[in-house]
Amino acid sequence: MPLLEVRHLVKHFARKQGLLRPSSVVKAVDDVSFTIDEGEMFGLVGESGSGKSTTGRCILRLIEPTSGDVMFRGENVLRFSADRMRMARRDMQIVFQDPYSSLNPRMRVGDIVEEPLVIHKLGTKRERRARVAELFQLVGLEPSHVTRYPHEFSGGQRQRIGIARALALNPALVIADEAVSALDVSIQAQVVKLLLDLKGRLKLTYLFIAHDLRLVEHICTRVAVMYMGKIVELGETGALFARPTHPYTKALLSAIPVLDPDAPRHRIELDPSSFERDAPLKEIGAQHWAAV
Amino acid sequence: MAEPLLDVQHLSVTFGGTSPAVDDVSFQINTGETLGLVGESGSGKSVTAFSILRLLQPPGRITGGSVRFQGRDLLTLEEREMREVRGAGISLIFQEPMTALNPVMRVGDQIAEALLVHGKATRTEARARAVELLEAVKITDPARRVRDYPHQLSGGMRQRVMIAIALACRPPLIIADEPTTALDVTIQAQVLELLRELKTRYNLALLLITHDFGVIAEMADRVAVMFKGKLVEQGSVRDVLRHPSHQYTRSLLAAVPGAP
Repeated sequence: MPLLEVRHLVKHFARKQGLLRPSSVVKAVDDVSFTIDEGEMFGLVGESGSGKSTTGRCILRLIEPTSGDVMFRGENVLRFSADRMRMARRDMQIVFQDPYSSLNPRMRVGDIVEEPLVIHKLGTKRERRARVAELFQLVGLEPSHVTRYPHEFSGGQRQRIGIARALALNPALVIADEAVSALDVSIQAQVVKLLLDLKGRLKLTYLFIAHDLRLVEHICTRVAVMYMGKIVELGETGALFARPTHPYTKALLSAIPVLDPDAPRHRIELDPSSFERDAPLKEIGAQHWAAV
Repeated sequence: MAEPLLDVQHLSVTFGGTSPAVDDVSFQINTGETLGLVGESGSGKSVTAFSILRLLQPPGRITGGSVRFQGRDLLTLEEREMREVRGAGISLIFQEPMTALNPVMRVGDQIAEALLVHGKATRTEARARAVELLEAVKITDPARRVRDYPHQLSGGMRQRVMIAIALACRPPLIIADEPTTALDVTIQAQVLELLRELKTRYNLALLLITHDFGVIAEMADRVAVMFKGKLVEQGSVRDVLRHPSHQYTRSLLAAVPGAP
């Protein structure tokens, strides 16, 4: 049984009628299905507005999906009551992109990391403090810095605080929503190393949402490519990068700047008429699907 | 060999802190050449660009060095002369087109303004030039688009408008500060392609500031690597990417995901 199974997930946003504009519906997530196995690093890639972040947030019900199923360990979390959902979120946590806006500037960082434990009424004050110190150590922060405020930390350190907070409740699944995108490349490499290290030590499963294809190719076992609310291609990372099949995937991969100044460049422009938008995913190779 | 178009020698800048923001930086750019200036946040690359145009905000202050452009030291010019250089000699493209463009002014008027300020055209000519420039940056239906406001355009189109403004007075040098960082990768590819075409067409020199070695590899002839205010390495793109000699360059290249 996969750890997470997303089936026919749909999220429509209604655009209210304007003065000169009729009301309309934005299909942010339009019939998305995929599974993530225990211990996997699953990449969800796409450009701005493709629906990748909305998909991540629908899984945690931070945004209520319009329809579909989100099966976590075989149970449909979309049917959970508010109380039951709060319990389920112990197992499913999220790390956000922006280390500046995702931490409350008026809270001490120790309190930020402790807050999930307080909300879930876990441990005594002393036990929680010990857990916070342990978490600080786990993510490579100095435990004596718990009394400092977020502004006293660099972007990379703040992201570590966000990771410590996400890990406080011992989750099984971590949704990393562009978790390293805002960081300088050398800091990014350190935080990625930390995420991979934690994955091994804590047996974590990741849904890694990103627009940086080079990074995803480097660290994910499988990848799904989203375009305008739909998954257009899904497969094992090696196969998908070696043999991109959907016209959008081809265009996307060909747009990545290559480090070698002498490498041949074949930029492929996307021709929207070259594919059927509603085509279902079909198996085109071993563990490789495309909507063609 | 002919004199370089831009010759920066021993440039130093301070913001009043203990260490200088730019520390004894020297580099040259020849006509038609692209120099990539690469470094991480706080390395001083944008400060270097702003210093060349003398656009530093206090407490930032140039403490030494020279910036020779077309034979004149920009650091000794009167402010009035400097205004001539900005836009007509050297223009600047920023990372964030939404904040760099005026939100309440039609994009055509913003392009025309660049020409009018420098007395390069009459109002009627400037309007016609605005349409031509939008066409040059490959915006479809330019005659209609000149009447658009920035919010009506996509991120990629706004960046094209910025490029059109930068091109308006035909400067021989453009400084592009992270011009594609805020854009999606497919849009980035289109904007880089456009910059390459315009460079050839107008024989433009480009100082391309970026943190992305991939963009450097695609665009630059030479590259200079900045770290903590100093240039730690410069050379041809091929040499630096293949055989980085400075430890910092090596670690920066190694940190690029999937680097060999």
